[in-house]
Amino acid sequence: MATRQESRVCCSEFAIDVRGLNKRFGDKHVVNDLSMQVRPGEIFGFLGPNGSGKTTSIRLMCGLLTPDSGSGTCLGYDVIAETDAIKRSVGYMTQRFSFWDDLTIRENLDFIARVYQMPNRKVAVEKSLTGLGLTERANQLAGTLSGGWKQRLALAACMLHKPMLLLLDEPTAGVDPAARRDFWEELHRLAAQGISVLVSTHYMDEAERCHKLAYISHGTLLAQGTAQEIVAAQKLFTWVVRGEIADENLVQLSSMLANKPGVLQTVAFGNALHVTGRDSALLEKTLQETMAGLPYEVARTETGLEEVFIHLMRTSKEAQEAKR
Amino acid sequence: MSRRSFPFSATRCWGVVLKEFLQLKRDRVTFAMIVGMPVMMLILFGYAINMDPKNLKTMVFDADRSEFSRSFVTAMHNTGYFKFIDALNNEAEGEAALARGDAQFVVNIPSDFSRRLMRGERPAVLILADATDPAAASNAIDAVTRLAESVVWKDLGRPLTNASGSAPPFDVQVHRRYNPEGITQYNIVPGLMGVILLMTMVMMTGLAMTRERERGTMENLLATPARPLEVMTGKIVPYIFIGMLQATIILLAATMLFGVPFFGGIVELYGILLVYIAATLTVGITISSLARNQLQGVQLTFFFFLPNVLLSGFMFPFYGMPHWAQVIAHALPMTYFNRLVRGIMLKGNSWPDLWPDLWPLMAFTVILMGIALKFYRRTLD
Repeated sequence: MATRQESRVCCSEFAIDVRGLNKRFGDKHVVNDLSMQVRPGEIFGFLGPNGSGKTTSIRLMCGLLTPDSGSGTCLGYDVIAETDAIKRSVGYMTQRFSFWDDLTIRENLDFIARVYQMPNRKVAVEKSLTGLGLTERANQLAGTLSGGWKQRLALAACMLHKPMLLLLDEPTAGVDPAARRDFWEELHRLAAQGISVLVSTHYMDEAERCHKLAYISHGTLLAQGTAQEIVAAQKLFTWVVRGEIADENLVQLSSMLANKPGVLQTVAFGNALHVTGRDSALLEKTLQETMAGLPYEVARTETGLEEVFIHLMRTSKEAQEAKR
Repeated sequence: MSRRSFPFSATRCWGVVLKEFLQLKRDRVTFAMIVGMPVMMLILFGYAINMDPKNLKTMVFDADRSEFSRSFVTAMHNTGYFKFIDALNNEAEGEAALARGDAQFVVNIPSDFSRRLMRGERPAVLILADATDPAAASNAIDAVTRLAESVVWKDLGRPLTNASGSAPPFDVQVHRRYNPEGITQYNIVPGLMGVILLMTMVMMTGLAMTRERERGTMENLLATPARPLEVMTGKIVPYIFIGMLQATIILLAATMLFGVPFFGGIVELYGILLVYIAATLTVGITISSLARNQLQGVQLTFFFFLPNVLLSGFMFPFYGMPHWAQVIAHALPMTYFNRLVRGIMLKGNSWPDLWPDLWPLMAFTVILMGIALKFYRRTLD
């Protein structure tokens, strides 16, 4: 195996260590006081609704944007002064497919190998093609590939120079479940080798596969830590309501519970309804009163990531509206 | 960490060159345009624009230094066509000035001019004219030949006794240099080379960066370690080959279709072509760095293209323009290229004659590359 890119990660505790990053576009505050640390070998999930500042944050970290204020390092290199070094040692996969449509898969990879000055370029390109199952399509123009194959090409290209840190901006959007599973297995293999991964996603199952998570909304980091830590920090209590209920009843039930005391939110999961609140006793009392005589089974359940994120998104939205 | 210190990587730059070539190869329409346009434009514009420029730069070698020679020079000046910029010490100086393009006309007045004039021996005044641009020279030549009849009679104090029978007291002999028949195509066709190259080269590279930006591939390119100079050079190099190909097509058409003579060296011609193409490509790259999108790129290209065509001496005689326009024209690469290419093809000029117009082109290229680098956006900000 070829040697990994040089980095100063040996000398610093974190693969990514940014503090107080700010970025404004006009009067829009896109990234607000972002501080985030990613350890070597960690898969760090970056979550948040569309337009929350995930892409901008990632661009700030890999030197594609200059922060208005704040500081930080990526693999030990300064995000403002040493962007050249960061670019050499980081693998960045853009959210939108950004390879050259009028070049073939092999030509795209070949170009990337050349700009990263890879030794044994041809071998590396062939290996990458085989590794991702792209050999047969090597001479196909990138522009004619389907979405899933484009993602594969982009991933292959950003890992070609064997970076110590991968910044992946929604890498699995539009990718089928089997390919997603393969992709995540590959990420865990890489992490086991000590490679750090920052990956933004909208999928809960992917979030649960991450070692650590951060949730960002309107440019502000709302929660950070392991899935358990994030769930615990919100101090939410969830009850599940099950029964032989058809969908319309579930909707009815949901709106019935929505404004009752102690109920923060209701989320439907198949034919079960998750009811979440902050005050456990009050919520239990409400549920018992409402459900009395109805053919439902009510039970305590663990609060999941999904409930927490929906809660975070809702409170952040309310906070934003209150500000206006 | 040794790699960090290299400011320029040939590997990375070559990577960009190959990428550009491949993309160009796949763009059939552009490729057809590159080959087809020179031929079409040559056939379309291979016609002359005749103008009547005045105040043409003239030098005089007055070996006679008499009242008559001075009065003849004054009379020439009074026609409005000639502007005397220098007095020469011998004939050779005049030849050299003509070859360099410092003068358009050189007047040689022989030492025995006034003596022979008094004796009625009809002495001759020799005027050398740079006729590479025939439109610029012809009216001036007509004017000076008529002078002989009117001016000197007055000075001699003799009235015109009989208009029909009297010959002028002296002879004006005009030698049209470099293009004796005054064929306009000889002037226009080499100039067209400059126009076509400017148009394609500036336009192609003018869109090079904005295309990456609009297709969304710029983010990828910026995320790689490729440095601005490597990317720019990488985008320029393929077009140098394209430009050379175009120039060759035009050259073949010029000699075969229009029979333009070729007196100079092929090495000199390709040498100046290389410099000129590099200059036009840096203009394109600069436009590319400034423009936000492809439309702006096209607009800027035309903004640059028009003054080049109109002021460089391609369309209208250079010395027919007012001084301020000439100053502007001296900041445009086509002005120099016009002189260089005509100098080589029609005058057979070699390096020492070419140098005064060659170094400004080189300086132009370096300065513009600096500007392009300064405005190259290294981030997505």
